Amino acid sequence: MAERLLLRCRDIPDLRRLDVYTAHGGYQATRQALTTCSPEQLVDMVKASNLRGRGGAGFPTGLKWSFLPKQTAKPIYLAVNADESEPGTFKDRVIIEQDPHQLLEGIIISAYAIRCHTAYIYIRGEFALGAERLEAAIAEARSAGLLGRDILGTGFDLDVWVHRGAGAYICGEETGLIESLEGKRGYPRVKPPFPAVHGLFGCPTIVNNVETLACVPHIVLRGADWFRSIGPEKSPGPKLFCVSGHVERPGTYELPMGTPLREIIYTHAGGIRGGRKLKAVIPGGASMPVFTADEIDVSMDMDSVQKAGSFLGSAGIMVMDETVCMVWAAFVIGRFFHHESCGQCTPCREGTGWLEKVLRRLEFGDGSATAADVDLLLNIAGNMMGTTICALSDAAAMPARAFATKFRAEFEQHATLGRCPFRPVVEPPRRHAHA
Amino acid sequence: MPTLEIDGQRTEVPDGLTVIQAAERLGIEIPHYCWHPGLSIAGNCRMCLVEIEKNPKLQIACNTRVADGMVVHTTNEKTKTAQRAVLEFLLINHPIDCPVCDQAGECKLQEYYMDYDRQRSRFPLPAKVRKKKAIPIGPLVMLDQERCILCARCTRFLDEVTHTSELAIYERGDHCEIELAPGKVLDNPYSGNVVDICPVGALTSRDFRFRARVWYLERADSVCGACANGCNIEIYHREGRIFRFQPRQNAAVNQYWMCDAGRLSYRDLQGEGRLTHPLVRGEDEFLPSTWSSAIGQVTGRLGDLAREHGPGSVGIVVSARAPNEEIFLLRRLGAALSARIAALSWSPPGAFHDDFLVKADKNPNTEGLRLQGLVPDGEVDQLLEAAGAGRLAALVLHRTDLTAWRDAAVVRAALERVPCLVVLDTDRREASEYADVVLPIATYAECDGTFTNHAGRVQRFSAAVSPPGEVRAGWLVLAELAARLAGGEPFAGAEAVFAALAEECAAFRGLSYSALGSDGRPAASAAT
Repeated sequence: MAERLLLRCRDIPDLRRLDVYTAHGGYQATRQALTTCSPEQLVDMVKASNLRGRGGAGFPTGLKWSFLPKQTAKPIYLAVNADESEPGTFKDRVIIEQDPHQLLEGIIISAYAIRCHTAYIYIRGEFALGAERLEAAIAEARSAGLLGRDILGTGFDLDVWVHRGAGAYICGEETGLIESLEGKRGYPRVKPPFPAVHGLFGCPTIVNNVETLACVPHIVLRGADWFRSIGPEKSPGPKLFCVSGHVERPGTYELPMGTPLREIIYTHAGGIRGGRKLKAVIPGGASMPVFTADEIDVSMDMDSVQKAGSFLGSAGIMVMDETVCMVWAAFVIGRFFHHESCGQCTPCREGTGWLEKVLRRLEFGDGSATAADVDLLLNIAGNMMGTTICALSDAAAMPARAFATKFRAEFEQHATLGRCPFRPVVEPPRRHAHA
Repeated sequence: MPTLEIDGQRTEVPDGLTVIQAAERLGIEIPHYCWHPGLSIAGNCRMCLVEIEKNPKLQIACNTRVADGMVVHTTNEKTKTAQRAVLEFLLINHPIDCPVCDQAGECKLQEYYMDYDRQRSRFPLPAKVRKKKAIPIGPLVMLDQERCILCARCTRFLDEVTHTSELAIYERGDHCEIELAPGKVLDNPYSGNVVDICPVGALTSRDFRFRARVWYLERADSVCGACANGCNIEIYHREGRIFRFQPRQNAAVNQYWMCDAGRLSYRDLQGEGRLTHPLVRGEDEFLPSTWSSAIGQVTGRLGDLAREHGPGSVGIVVSARAPNEEIFLLRRLGAALSARIAALSWSPPGAFHDDFLVKADKNPNTEGLRLQGLVPDGEVDQLLEAAGAGRLAALVLHRTDLTAWRDAAVVRAALERVPCLVVLDTDRREASEYADVVLPIATYAECDGTFTNHAGRVQRFSAAVSPPGEVRAGWLVLAELAARLAGGEPFAGAEAVFAALAEECAAFRGLSYSALGSDGRPAASAAT
């Protein structure tokens, strides 16, 4: 297996400690960037690396940075998206908890590149340990002169603050995150204007994912050409894949971008648990269209997965074996998005609840489901797609549509039988009223 | 200026306009719920999705700026499908309780359902999300959470216009609801506006609720008379009764809003104290009279007394509640009688006012008095003193409540002493008890006329309802008195009176009813 970079913490005990981190070459990238590069050179380097965002959308990072106004009297902010909430995704968490200095290095170099002096790490509220480790790492870095005023004597100032979220999935959407960071309800903003022009507190803001920023120090040390040489040229680099579900060895794997999905499941994750048969795989977190067992010969990079009809998303690979009911799986996902829709846009607010209700009656059979419900599902999902402020509506509609299309017979069987043909599943409660 | 094409029509519009505004200029209504020209852009209802060529996805017309060469389709199949879908989404959890909803008849859900949807429900009734209904959230506003479409117009109004933020959206997804913020009540001075801007029946007026179906009501353009701001309004009425005031858009005066006090001031126009017939004093009490007899007595006595006692023996008091036309005719009458004219502009001490719409001056036409050369409160006390000292032969009170506005004892002494007292007013007041003749005149909701607001803007109002009983328009009564005492032809209407005023008075020169239009115009002296 190739050398691990993003997951060096697996090979080096206590890497989260500054002394261990520096003993293993830590902060060399920061020193090199701040003393030998201009901000423009760094932006160009990241552009040349073809680094694309690891949060899910895969937007080119250097291009995003270049959207900042060239001249501005306002402060520029960096908001680090550590609100890792996509079901099936647990990659940023490893970096945050086990290798926080790798992230801080990425933050310092990127902040220098975009001329930012205040960065906020918006961390998922449930990541209590992660927040604690980040605070500790920030304190260590600050006392070592790596954060605060005049970093490493270069005259560059940077403060980093950790802000814990309050448990809403939508705050991982970059403008929902900004609103939440401002102390408001987590509502994604209408665009334009985009955050690079009008972001946090009305100032130019870059929002980058944890894993994205963690790539930056390696690009500085090894060069854009090296980065671009890993995997496909248009979406290259080392990549963290989160494998969950019915595999022998679930976990986070660092592999080159473009590693075949079949290899990830059967080689790295040890194949299907108990020798059972593979039934379905979601390649990029709960919001992405599912693959059938016949569709897993796909390279796991952004463009290839998209060509195959799904998205790499957050690279949360959720593996389901032959025992899993596809209606149930779609229901669980549908229920999640119903719970997490912020409620701002009509199609998402109303559509997510409607999808859950149709899936619920198919799976838990109150007798009212009919075969026409499959077409109804597809129609609702179609009406939800591409019609809202943010992508949550699509995130809810895409899996529902993919499950109902690719496993249509199974859905129709539920309607005909009036119940689920698989093992009996206890119906989870309808959405609770909050206290 | 970019040129774009909307539904095949090419148009050139100023830069910075949104597609929804550009379409409006072409007379194309792009359906919308959350967008309101007086509020920030929320973009949440998704009703205004339109196809803009070269965009893979439909775009919201409210937040898309026009660009040169843009080609917009608002009625093609893709757009229609989206509009139908949004309406279906809006209606799945809506209670569809139109028969008992006060908004019925002016509800954008009803209208757009008929215009863009018209499909059968695909959603089972028991599956609907239930929320709270008929919650009083302030003195003027009732909330029904089930009918709410969460367009956030109300919360944006309260955040951006009044800066009071009484309402917020709580919960998430289809459990979202509008609710009072903890410890708050929706009682700011502009609370009623949230009812106007709510496109559905979620926020209804506690004052208007269940009193009339809107499709039975007629409306007339008018101007609120509750203070000197002169907010433009529509008067909703039926069979002689006024049911509500609502603000009418005027960018130069009140934008889209009005205050609660003004909104409720329609009640003052149809109170218990309205005078309904001319009254002439008999032996002990007033006797109802006919207009010709009452007018005859007034002109006869005033004419005689003025001749007998000479210039300055007749006094006239006019208040800032009188329209410009009546002030003009009173001045003409005064000239014929060589009378002393005093003007009054009274407001309750410490009356509420702010730096938005509500003015401390609670009179609609103080500036109108000034523009015709009358100084408010200038000579009233001297007139009363003269009357009290027996130096005044006759006194005419026009739309005044003297005992309330001046030292009541001084006023009573003066009114007892003056040999002839003529009162023209809408309502019975203490001073009218002393009168020899009382002439009942119309409120501003019952006649045509103009007020000049605090900023010198001359604005028209027109008769919405017929006056009660024998009541006549003030200009009509005064025109007849003036014609009899000064000679000349009577005026054909309030418009003709205004034309004569514009002829005579420099401040109004060049103005006419048609020039004033529905938005009004600054008076000459105020325009400079």
